[in-house]
Amino acid sequence: MSWMKSLFVREYQLANRVGGGALIGVLFFLAVVTIFPFGVGPDMILLSRIGAAILWIGALLSTLLGLDRLFQADREDGSLELLVMSGRSLELVVLIKCAAHWAATGLPLVLATPVLSLFVGLDFQSIVLVTLTLLVGAPALTLVGAVGAGVTVSMRRGGVLLSILVIPLAIPILIFGVSAATAGAIDSNNFLVPFLFLCALTLFGLVVGPLAAAAALRVSGD
Amino acid sequence: MNQLKLICQGVACDRGGRRVLNHVDFEVGSSEALIVQGPNGVGKSSLLRVIAGLVAKANGTIELEGGMPERSVAEHSHYFGHLDALKPLQSVLENLSFWRDFFEPAAFGGGKVRESMSELEALDTLGIAHTASLPAGYLSAGQRRRLSVARLLVVPRPIWLLDEPTSALDKASEEVLLGLIADHIHAGGLVVAATHLPLNLPNTKFLNLSPVTTESEHMFAGADLDDYFDEDEQDEG
Repeated sequence: MSWMKSLFVREYQLANRVGGGALIGVLFFLAVVTIFPFGVGPDMILLSRIGAAILWIGALLSTLLGLDRLFQADREDGSLELLVMSGRSLELVVLIKCAAHWAATGLPLVLATPVLSLFVGLDFQSIVLVTLTLLVGAPALTLVGAVGAGVTVSMRRGGVLLSILVIPLAIPILIFGVSAATAGAIDSNNFLVPFLFLCALTLFGLVVGPLAAAAALRVSGD
Repeated sequence: MNQLKLICQGVACDRGGRRVLNHVDFEVGSSEALIVQGPNGVGKSSLLRVIAGLVAKANGTIELEGGMPERSVAEHSHYFGHLDALKPLQSVLENLSFWRDFFEPAAFGGGKVRESMSELEALDTLGIAHTASLPAGYLSAGQRRRLSVARLLVVPRPIWLLDEPTSALDKASEEVLLGLIADHIHAGGLVVAATHLPLNLPNTKFLNLSPVTTESEHMFAGADLDDYFDEDEQDEG
C-alpha cells in the first residue's frame, strides 16, 4: 500500500511544482470563460442559458492542457521504463497517476467553477449544479485523456494529436454533463437521468482508462 | 540456497523493422557477470532491453531458473540504462526514497532478501550524501549517474542489467561502482553489462555480438522460425 501513497504524493508534488501547477490550468479556464461574453455579446439571458456549456467546454480544454505530459515526462527521463518493469500493476500506476493529476489540476478547476459561473450570469441553483456535475464528470475527462496520453507518449509534439483523439471521446461526457446541469436548473426531475449517466461514464472511465493507457504504455518501449 | 540461472536461447529482436539481434544464446548464473561486447549499434542495449521486457523479442526464450516462479525476469532485475529516471524538481533524497518505496523487492536465491542499504547509506557510499536535500536538477551529469546507481543499492534485486554503467563517471566513481558491482556478484547476484570499455569484474563471461548479416535478414523472411524449433529439438535431445 505504501508504494501507492508514495507514487501519489510524488505525482501530486511534481504536478504542482511544474510550470505553475494548478494555477496555470485555472488561469486558462478563466481565459476561456471570459472570452465567451465578448464573443456572444452582453446578453445576460443568452449567457445564462449557455453558461453551463461554456463552463464545461472551458473545463474540458483546461483538462487537455496538461495531459500530454502525464506520461511523456516519465518517458523522457527514463522513469517510465522503470515503472513498467517494477513489478507493480501498471493499470494501478496509471490510475494513481490520473488521481494525482486530477487532484492537482482538475480539482482546482472544480473549485474555481462557482466563481467563474458568476461571469456568465448563472443563478445560485445553476452554480451548484454545474459545480456538482463537473465534480462528478471531470475525472472522466482525465481518464479518457490518459488513454490519449498513453497512445501519444512517444511523440515529441503529441499534445495536439492528443486533443484530436480525446475530444471526440469526451463528447458523451460533455452531453450528459451539460444536460444534467441545464435540465436540473429548469426541472429537478430531469436532472437525475443525465446525472446518473454521467456517473456511469466516470465509472466506465475508471475501468477502461487505466486498462487502455497501460496497454499503450507497455508497447511504448519499442 | 538455490542458485539463479538466467538462460537465453535463440533470442532475436527487431527494431524498426530491422533485425538487430539474431540467435543470441548465453547462460549466466549466480555470482557471475556477463559482459556484452561489440561495436556501437550492434544491439547491446537492445539485448538488455529485451531481457528487461521493455522490447518484445521476435524469437527465442529467456528463462530464469531458481527465481520466484510467479515473477517475470524483469521483476527480478534492476535496469540501469542511459537515462537516469530522476525528477529535477525533487530533492536527491525524495527521488531515491520514491524508487525505494515503489520497487517491489525480489528475493535472492533461497528466498532470502539481501540486506539493503538505507537511502543515506547508499548516497554516502557513492559520495553524494552532501547533496541529499538539493533538487536533483542541480546535480552534475556524474552525480546524477551516481544517484541513479543508488537506486540499485536500496532495493534488493538479484539481476542487474547495466547499460554502459561507467559512462559520465570519473575514475574514482568508476572504481566505487565497480566495487559495488563486485560486491553484488560476491553476494550471489547476477550481472549482465553492456559495454565497449573493459570492466574489471570477478567471475566474468563474455558475449561478443557481431552485426546481423544480410543472410540472417533473409532468414527473417521465412526460415527463422524453423531454425528456432530445430534448436529447441536439439536441446531436448
